[in-house]
Amino acid sequence: MASHNGEPLIQARGLVKRFGELVAVDSVDFDLQRGEAFGFLGPNGAGKTSTMRMIGCVSPVTEGTLSVFGLDPARDGVQIRGRLGVVPQEDSLDMELTVRENIIVYGRYFGLARSVLRKRADELLEFVELTDRAKDRVEPLSGGMKRRLTIARSLVNDPEVLLLDEPTTGLDPQARHVVWDRLYRLKRQGVTLLLTTHYMDEAEQLCDRLVVMDKGKIVAEGSPRELIERYSTREVVELRFEDDDKRPDDFGYWTDGLVSRVEPLPDRVLLYTDQGDAAAHGIHERGLVPESVLVRRSTLEDVFLHLTGRTLIE
Amino acid sequence: MTALALAVRPLEFYFAQYRRVWRGTAISTVVTPVIFLLAFGLGLGELVDRSTDLPDGISYLEFVAPGLIAATAMQIASFEASWPVLSAIKWSRQYHAMLASPLRVGDILIGHQAFIAFRMLMTATVYLAAIAAFGAVSSPLGILAIPVAVLVGVAFAAPIAAWGAYTENEASFVAIFRFLILPMFLFTGTFFPIEQLPEALRYVAYVTPLWHGVDLARQLTLGNVELWSALGHLGYLLAFIGLGMTAAYYSYRRRLLV
Repeated sequence: MASHNGEPLIQARGLVKRFGELVAVDSVDFDLQRGEAFGFLGPNGAGKTSTMRMIGCVSPVTEGTLSVFGLDPARDGVQIRGRLGVVPQEDSLDMELTVRENIIVYGRYFGLARSVLRKRADELLEFVELTDRAKDRVEPLSGGMKRRLTIARSLVNDPEVLLLDEPTTGLDPQARHVVWDRLYRLKRQGVTLLLTTHYMDEAEQLCDRLVVMDKGKIVAEGSPRELIERYSTREVVELRFEDDDKRPDDFGYWTDGLVSRVEPLPDRVLLYTDQGDAAAHGIHERGLVPESVLVRRSTLEDVFLHLTGRTLIE
Repeated sequence: MTALALAVRPLEFYFAQYRRVWRGTAISTVVTPVIFLLAFGLGLGELVDRSTDLPDGISYLEFVAPGLIAATAMQIASFEASWPVLSAIKWSRQYHAMLASPLRVGDILIGHQAFIAFRMLMTATVYLAAIAAFGAVSSPLGILAIPVAVLVGVAFAAPIAAWGAYTENEASFVAIFRFLILPMFLFTGTFFPIEQLPEALRYVAYVTPLWHGVDLARQLTLGNVELWSALGHLGYLLAFIGLGMTAAYYSYRRRLLV
């Protein structure tokens, strides 16, 4: 749980980022408290990366106010960046150098002494389980290992806030779980995490609190559980049909009184209800026979769908 | 003081990377001048010396050797500021990694240029030693041809870095090398006095930083320095560097801070 003691580490009010005509971030407000894991959930193009870049002091704020550690990114970039850790969406590792050299060289950018860095590099490689690859060049490492090294590198200055821009995009499921596990440990050690993601499972796993972003705007805010309770039902019944002929145009007759909301998607139909099994049983009794019926828990994907009418990953 | 300290930090990366590749570049750094000196100084020079008199009774080797120091600095530095700059922005993304630390755009630019200057220092030193061994340095002032080569290098590296940070298209580098660097290499005083050029082209040569570097290096290795001319060359090179660095700074900012 977020501890709300003291000033927020990051505070945005009416924050706007425009690229010419395009409004990438459209007047957003948020606070990041020390010790919490805070997420921006939204599809590609929602304005998540632009927000992260403004916080990282590499993208000038167009309008509104943004304060990081109580400092102004336009003026105090050097001080702010010295206290942040950044895991960018695209790896920026030095491919020709070894795993260990990557951490040491990066630490030198922060002005840390070589003797300190040698020790720090060993600890960080231990943490991300890359100790046995320390002397290998980075280039042949797997995507998951590179990501872990990027995370290790971003921790070299012992950051107060770790910015993670889509930390597991492009990784296979197993590699994602390893990354999540490391991030979860950091969170338990009290590192403040600020992450963007378009994976609802990532947001649910890692975030204490999140904002849902769409087209540059924040459309909802809360903990994953609060958001699901507020904008969805406890369970969802997913129906799939063999072909469109077998799929009714209007579900009113089949679902009346059984579900609170019907969401027809191109490939399936979602029925929102607190009693999934009962609803599935009910429509079956009324004679509707889909090809498959799946009862599952509601997720942030359903929240996003409800709020925006679109799925997160298209 | 702190500003300087920040600009030195990117060097950590370039040196770490250079440690992995220096053997390859060291061989070409030593072998290239020797090949050039054998071909132009001794091979071609033999013919030139037989058929014509160069000013002040110097040999063609003495004439061409200091020019080659400056011209080589131009070529290596231009290369180092083209693909590597675009790559640090677009492919290998080192600049972005540096920008996630306290380093600022200016530190990143100065750091990269400082590394290129260091490369020029190494190359020019080897070159000067080689031409001295061939007996083509007739004055102790010749040692100052090393810093001149460094200045020539940066005079090219800075504006080309400005372009490298501006362009989306690496093919433009090939055009720069083919239509700017190569003609300068051939026509701006390295291999023959620019007095040989038609008048209009001579004025083009005066504008190029390479001619100023070649003539200055030549005055130094031959030991017949004309003070005002030498200061003029130096001033021109420094002004070119100043303009190039300014252009590069704004180009870097435009590309990196969006």
